[in-house]
Amino acid sequence: MIELPLEAVLFVFLLIVGIVVGRLRNLFGAAMLTGIFSFLSAGLFTLMTAVDVAFTEAAVGAGISTVLFLATLALTDDTEKPSERSWLAIGVVTLTAIALFFGLFDMPGYGDPDAPIHGGVGKHYLEHSWAEIGLPNVVTSVLASYRGYDTFGELAVVFTAGIGVTLLLRSKSAQMGDDKAPIPFRSRAPYVREMPIVRAVAKVMLPFILLFALYVQAHGDFGPGGGFQAGVVFAAGFVLYGLVWGPRALQRVARERFLETGMAVGLLMYGGVGVAALFMGGTFLDYSAFTPEHPQHGQHWGIFLVELGVGLTVSAVMLVIYFVFTARPRSRAERNRQAGSIHPPRLTLPEVPELRASDDEGAP
Amino acid sequence: MVSQASAFVVGVVSTVAFFALFLGSRETRHEVTDDQEHLFYAAYLLCLAGLLGMAITGDAFNVFVFLEISSLSSYALVAMGNRRRAFSAAFNYLILGTIGGTFVLIGIGLLYQVTGTLNAQDIAQRVQTLENVAHDTHNRTLLVAFAFMVVGLGLKLAVFPLHQWLPGAYAEAPAAVSAFLAGTATKVIYFQLLRTTVVFFGAAHVFGALRFGSHVLMPLSVVGMFVGSLAAVYQPTLKRMLAYSSVGQVGYLTLALSFGTEEGVTAGLLHLGAHALTKAGLFVVVAVIVAGIGSNRIGALAGLGKRMPLTAFAFVLGGVGLIGVPGTAGFISKWALLQAAFDSEHYVVAGLVLLSSLVAVVYVWRIVEVMYFRAPDPDAAPITFGRTVEDKLAITAAVVLLGATLVFGLFPAQVHELAADAAHQLFLEPEAVVSPLPVHGGAHR
Repeated sequence: MIELPLEAVLFVFLLIVGIVVGRLRNLFGAAMLTGIFSFLSAGLFTLMTAVDVAFTEAAVGAGISTVLFLATLALTDDTEKPSERSWLAIGVVTLTAIALFFGLFDMPGYGDPDAPIHGGVGKHYLEHSWAEIGLPNVVTSVLASYRGYDTFGELAVVFTAGIGVTLLLRSKSAQMGDDKAPIPFRSRAPYVREMPIVRAVAKVMLPFILLFALYVQAHGDFGPGGGFQAGVVFAAGFVLYGLVWGPRALQRVARERFLETGMAVGLLMYGGVGVAALFMGGTFLDYSAFTPEHPQHGQHWGIFLVELGVGLTVSAVMLVIYFVFTARPRSRAERNRQAGSIHPPRLTLPEVPELRASDDEGAP
Repeated sequence: MVSQASAFVVGVVSTVAFFALFLGSRETRHEVTDDQEHLFYAAYLLCLAGLLGMAITGDAFNVFVFLEISSLSSYALVAMGNRRRAFSAAFNYLILGTIGGTFVLIGIGLLYQVTGTLNAQDIAQRVQTLENVAHDTHNRTLLVAFAFMVVGLGLKLAVFPLHQWLPGAYAEAPAAVSAFLAGTATKVIYFQLLRTTVVFFGAAHVFGALRFGSHVLMPLSVVGMFVGSLAAVYQPTLKRMLAYSSVGQVGYLTLALSFGTEEGVTAGLLHLGAHALTKAGLFVVVAVIVAGIGSNRIGALAGLGKRMPLTAFAFVLGGVGLIGVPGTAGFISKWALLQAAFDSEHYVVAGLVLLSSLVAVVYVWRIVEVMYFRAPDPDAAPITFGRTVEDKLAITAAVVLLGATLVFGLFPAQVHELAADAAHQLFLEPEAVVSPLPVHGGAHR
């Protein structure tokens, strides 16, 4: 019975954070708060015993998106320009809120066993998943098998995001850029590398992060986890490396060509499993067709391969996006440095000459 | 089983997408570096895959996933236009499109909550029982789900007054993308709106009890018809003119749906096909003009009737298709639209359709006048278009797309029958499915 007060507290926090994010002019702070927002949501999902969703929210919302927000701010500016209050916008938002509240009236109660979602397919999944798929984690069997089309589609969305961001930020005009843009991130970044504590902690953490990602990848059948979360955690490990030792050091570990290929290979793997099922006499993504005499084995194999594809594409896309964001201001920063117009770094640390190494020296 | 209407839309979309691709990465050259060109085509194909998936699926959540694929890739594609303004156009499109997508998702979520299923047929059946049980009071969650889905789709479809993103996106996108999106994206969304109203929520409920057609969609459609066409008259460039004309044409599409009758939906499907081919063809012609004279400003078109006679003729052909002159596909669909209006006794609306067609005459004539009755600039550089393989491909695409509108306009019987059958199938009562059991493993239909 502890859930209810906990949920109430989390919802109140969520509301406060949401309002503050909306009102904050400092985008750096707002980006950090969106991370907290996601983390609170993850907490709520956990209380609703939707652990898989919570895990994804924590990894994607609180983790990698915050990093990407910060990378975006590094390319632009971290304070919002004051804008005029738009009554139209306020009206639309209010109307939307009213509509949502109005919709609450006929909604089935929270946890109501007679709610329509607990009949029909939902009931079928819970009752027959063990016999049909043979996985202890029903969420994984729904995601990867019953609703395999959607997951395939979602993976394609992630892939599209990778393609889109690369296309946008690698285009010629974007690369040339204008010299007016501020460059706070890059000028701050070298100092991170010069902090011994950060370096030491990152070095210790890295192997565990990567190992954990592999565990999440492999263990999705039995507990919370799966390709999406594993991919994000895996990418987060590399991003940490990039944050501390600089993108150029990271580029030597994870080559961009390799990542671009990985992006496509993961998606192809997912689709390939589907097509293979077709050739074995089943329907698209019907893994039972692999081993007709023992459908569960086929399901295991199919889900394993599909999740592997998801993990590969997700981690590759995350890294590609990170690269595209961080590799850009470097050239601009250097150009500005040559022009002698570099902004003074925000974070001033005592000069430590012996640690002020060239870009890659500190890489393990 | 794929419904006939889905098959119809898939046919139109694949045809347009195939021929629009003949323009290649024309007008993107300044943006896309050579080693990034494969990404441009990847995005194009992903967008196509999303649109086809949306048209073909029978599952509400699949719709959202495919919508996301096509939207994300189309934002990136629009931004590849060769002017810096393409970025802001794509940004507008991104923000409004994302809001639209989110609204659709909220709608689907609420719908799932009260029906417990995502399968189109099952949803239709559950909605019917929900509305039958409560005779007088509607299920409020269902109502809100409907509102969110319709507003979201309306945003993506550019129904007046939610059309703000469309002119910029179409005008600034590269040639192939303009032709592709103009002929496919809004059409698939329209089909989705059609299915949401007629199949998911049931035509009797939406157009009868809720009066969605007569009280919401019809007024907006009529205003959209005039606003779009009138704005098109005042545009400085061909691409912007065509884009605003699309806003007007979306008005005809939604008007056809707003009658809530089988004839109306038939007219809507016909107009979907006719306008997709015509508008895509016109955008291809504009790409040819830009390649020839280096601009799509209307002032620069002076004397084009002499300088590029065939191209100018092709443009006129597309233009009369937009107006709906007999012999073109536009006539067939507009005729069906008028018939649907008369059948449901909306005589005033029928008159307004004719009146707005006159506005289309104005914006097409404006171009004709400049092209044929104004002397070319004597200092203009000679036209070197048509020598390379790329140019020949572009001409082929224009000929096929606009030729198809003529064929369809002169021999409409079969297409008309197809559209009528498809509309009839959409209006059939959902079969009584006892319990929606998924097929063993795999994604179920």
